[in-house]
Amino acid sequence: MLLLFAAPLTVICFYSAMTRGPYGGFSLPWTLDSYGRLADSLYFAILLRSFWIAGVSTIFCLVLGFPLALFISRAGPRKNLYLTLVILPFWTSFLVRTYAWMFLLRDTGLINTVLQKTGLIHDPLPLLYNDGAVIVGLVYGFLPFTVLPLYAALERLDPNLLEAAADLGATPWHTLTRVVIPLCAPGIRAGTILVFIPCLGAYLTPDLLGGGKSVMVGNLVQNQFTSSRDWPFGAAISLTLMALVMLLLLLFMRGNSEEGLL
Amino acid sequence: MKRRALPVYAAAAFAFLYVPLIVLSAFSFNASKFTVWEGFSLQWYAAAFHDPQLAEATGNSLIIAVVATLLSTVIGTLCAYGLWKRKSPLLAGSLYLSLVTPEIVAGISLLAFFQWVFRFLHVRLGMHTVILAHISFSIAYVVIVVMARLRTVDPKLEEAALDLGANEWGAFWHVTLPAILPGVVAAALLAFTVSFDDYVITSLVAGVDSETLPMVIYAFARRGVNPVVNAISALIVFGLGVLILLSQRLQKT
Repeated sequence: MLLLFAAPLTVICFYSAMTRGPYGGFSLPWTLDSYGRLADSLYFAILLRSFWIAGVSTIFCLVLGFPLALFISRAGPRKNLYLTLVILPFWTSFLVRTYAWMFLLRDTGLINTVLQKTGLIHDPLPLLYNDGAVIVGLVYGFLPFTVLPLYAALERLDPNLLEAAADLGATPWHTLTRVVIPLCAPGIRAGTILVFIPCLGAYLTPDLLGGGKSVMVGNLVQNQFTSSRDWPFGAAISLTLMALVMLLLLLFMRGNSEEGLL
Repeated sequence: MKRRALPVYAAAAFAFLYVPLIVLSAFSFNASKFTVWEGFSLQWYAAAFHDPQLAEATGNSLIIAVVATLLSTVIGTLCAYGLWKRKSPLLAGSLYLSLVTPEIVAGISLLAFFQWVFRFLHVRLGMHTVILAHISFSIAYVVIVVMARLRTVDPKLEEAALDLGANEWGAFWHVTLPAILPGVVAAALLAFTVSFDDYVITSLVAGVDSETLPMVIYAFARRGVNPVVNAISALIVFGLGVLILLSQRLQKT
């Protein structure tokens, strides 16, 4: 038993050493200058922009995911099949799925080619390498993360409550806004946080679909560690990002005290 | 609520999830290099199979994924078992944390950690660092899947084995492990897919001799769309899809 418990403990030590790693590559003296530079308008703008892109993507995920979760929760015996269908693309290569959108969106990509052939447009639409492309990629990538918790919440909903609401004269819209959504609040919170956090730290999607034009925090970190070779600043940004993620998680846990994260 | 609108909407949502992948795969059979359909052809698959860089990268990816899967499955299963026997908020917390850590942050902290270790040891970035990194992020997935399976096991079974004279190791090996084996295999399959697919962390901790398949795909994708990439992508989606379906099936048995 001691051995079995010691093994995981060693792993934690390993983990903690890894996250503390960023201090490793530095030279003295100690300084907080790197954090000060984050307030610089250019970097601060990138941070705000990441929040904006992650926020818009999350809203899209919720709006698109809610009806889908509602559909699955009412699908009866086919529920498991539909759930598997939602999860399956999530596990098959994120890189390939991002590449698929490059294939569709670029100037000579499928969408532009089809539109040009049918004569709807003359010149290709600039679909790739902008914020829109990044948001599409993120929504596509993380939609399952909203559907699953929303489904779990809708599944627990007592159908009698809906009937009661209808019997008492509520319109479907009122039932949705006054009964279903408030009762699903934990699921909605979970879905929000599960999408917002990975979107905020996204690297691959803005890199490939945003080109150099739609930079997010993740790209900034990578840049500091590779081309700029400014490790302390890169570490400061990533620790700030990590702190933001943990803050969001704490807020979420306070809201959903009895619900688990997964 | 709108009874007929909902299924139509769901069909559209599933189309949104699958059409990009289907289109991508369909165009891997296109005779033309451009996004215009010019007939069926397997030439991009032939090109993919004859590319030495791709062959080497695939070999690297397979070695890394197999080793990382084996090790993370063993460590992860023991972690889950430990957590099942005794609550540990610290361990549970660190596992959740490793799930929500942005990949780029995990990658650079691993890189910095390795660089720090290298000051004392004469090793360099390479396959071993990639494998260590992959183990570090696969463990959490393994623990979650195995944990779900352990919750269905009655702790009294192990107590009974102990009463009947088995030692702790024997009770685990002969009683608990067989009961959770489908979960462990499912977890291993999942760990394999996350390891095989990872780009962000791998690219940061890889050395010159350890280019993986996702790194090659990324390099191709940066240069623009290439039908050879469509062909490899189609193969990856199909292969990983089968593994995931298998894993899902095992988790339910």
